[in-house]
Amino acid sequence: MNKVMSKSKGGKEMEKMRRGIKDLPALFRSPAFRKNFKEKLMEVVFFIAACASILSVTLICIFIFQGGWNAVKEVGLAEFLGGTKWKPTADNPSFGIFPMIMGSIYVTGGALIIGVPIGILTAVFMARFCPKWLHRWLKPAFELLAGIPSIVYGFFGLMVLVPLVRQFFPGDGNSMFTAWILLGIMVLPTIISISEAALRAVPESYYEGALALGASHERAVFKTIVPAAKSGILAGVVLGIGRVIGETMALIWVCGNQPRLPDSIFDGVRTMTTNIVLEMGYATGLHRQTLIATGAVLFAFILLINALFAVLKRKELKQ
Amino acid sequence: MNGNTQKKSLRADPFSLVMRGLVWGAALLTAGVLLALIAYILIRGVPNLKLSLFELEYNSENVSMFPSIVMTIYMTVLTLIITTPLGIGCAIYLTEYAKRGNKVVEIIRLAAETLSGIPSIVYGLFGMLFFVTALQWKNSILAGSCTLAIMVLPLIIRSTEEALKSVPDSYREASFGLGAGKLRTVMRVVLPPAMPGIVAGVILAVGRIVGETAALIYTAGTVAKITANPMESARTLAVHMYALSSEGLHTSEAFATGVVLLLVVLMLNATSNAIAKRITKGK
Repeated sequence: MNKVMSKSKGGKEMEKMRRGIKDLPALFRSPAFRKNFKEKLMEVVFFIAACASILSVTLICIFIFQGGWNAVKEVGLAEFLGGTKWKPTADNPSFGIFPMIMGSIYVTGGALIIGVPIGILTAVFMARFCPKWLHRWLKPAFELLAGIPSIVYGFFGLMVLVPLVRQFFPGDGNSMFTAWILLGIMVLPTIISISEAALRAVPESYYEGALALGASHERAVFKTIVPAAKSGILAGVVLGIGRVIGETMALIWVCGNQPRLPDSIFDGVRTMTTNIVLEMGYATGLHRQTLIATGAVLFAFILLINALFAVLKRKELKQ
Repeated sequence: MNGNTQKKSLRADPFSLVMRGLVWGAALLTAGVLLALIAYILIRGVPNLKLSLFELEYNSENVSMFPSIVMTIYMTVLTLIITTPLGIGCAIYLTEYAKRGNKVVEIIRLAAETLSGIPSIVYGLFGMLFFVTALQWKNSILAGSCTLAIMVLPLIIRSTEEALKSVPDSYREASFGLGAGKLRTVMRVVLPPAMPGIVAGVILAVGRIVGETAALIYTAGTVAKITANPMESARTLAVHMYALSSEGLHTSEAFATGVVLLLVVLMLNATSNAIAKRITKGK
């Protein structure tokens, strides 16, 4: 419709043009041209804004991976990823981040062992057991849990969890186990909100069918609805993994930060994230570059997890 | 369904009984942990809120959090100035202009999704490498704000997109029918009813900005001073809390800072939720 209008007006413009080149400025001043120009211009402006995210991702990839590559070139990929000694400031420095990679994996795994069952059960509660009046209160409350800054979680861990663990378990409280509990709590809102949405998306007929066959409420929920929402719940868990593995500030005062492979769950560990934050302040030269490379390894992990999440989500949408 | 058969079947069926117990237990545990966390910070923090913590200048004696509060507001505003136009523009392009199944659109979506999954420490590293080192902005408010702007960009895109999508197509059709162009339709007809949703997203973004630490330590730095110059270093409230707690000397002040931080963030999130809820109710 737009085009038709501009065409008819465009005809008049042509007339004007034929009348004389002198009138050229008038062409640019004519309302039809200006309107058309403004439309096109703003579309381009919106498009450029839309490209900001592409530009950001590209820049982040380039800078992180290029920075990481410089360190890997010097240290050697096998030595960097597989080396178990992290002594960046020694006279004969060695840069092996294997303990930190394992630290991140251990901490993430443990946090999931604690967070996933509780999270899924709570999601089932929210979707199928919770009375309506309670749901009105609990839903925003759990959303608040997601909004608490990680530095506050970390401080809570330092002041409460570490002394508690020190009291009841061996070790000094700064341990992998403490990190599990804290991150297990932190991952709850992610798992709850996504799993609840997945559970609610299951058609009511599944539940009714199970009841009609004589199943109890609990059996109907756990034998029909939960299996049907499986891929959605899994997507929530994968998103949770992404959150936990990238968590930094909640961990620094809790996990002990010793750069070695832990012997027991009550030993301290250091993750890739805390390795970066703890040492970046004073690192120089190759040390600094290996820290950036640590970030690159972490970033690679995240990209992998993101891809997995995208695949799972697509699968759920297809269903 | 009546309660009697329910009870009977529960007694006969241990699976159901156990599952019911587990489900209620898990929900109670989650709610309890949330309550404990907030109550603990409040109980330990509120008594430590002293007037000296709000003195104009920071020094090692009063450990005032006032400069960091001011700088948090400064940095939040600067970040929003950078990120809101980009995020809203992107969402407008995606929902109003882009054709369905367009390759570019898919790439933009993928990029936004990738951004939302990147942890803040990686943003911090990138900000340090790009804004601080490559562009030579040093540790500055501007470098911190730009880093945060990228970090909250996907959040603003997503909430704006959802808000725009919730505007019924009949609005657009009516506007076109009256002879308005695309741009006028978007600006005058589609955006106003979508505004509450966009605002809810922006408030959520403010919550993320205020609570952020890892992305700021090596981009904006940790200087505790009020300054108007965006090229100078400054610390936000969250970074202030990190610095206090790391030093280990000012635990009670850290608690007080934690209370302020927690309350501000919770209030922001609650406001955002309330606005979002009003929108879904209004429909």
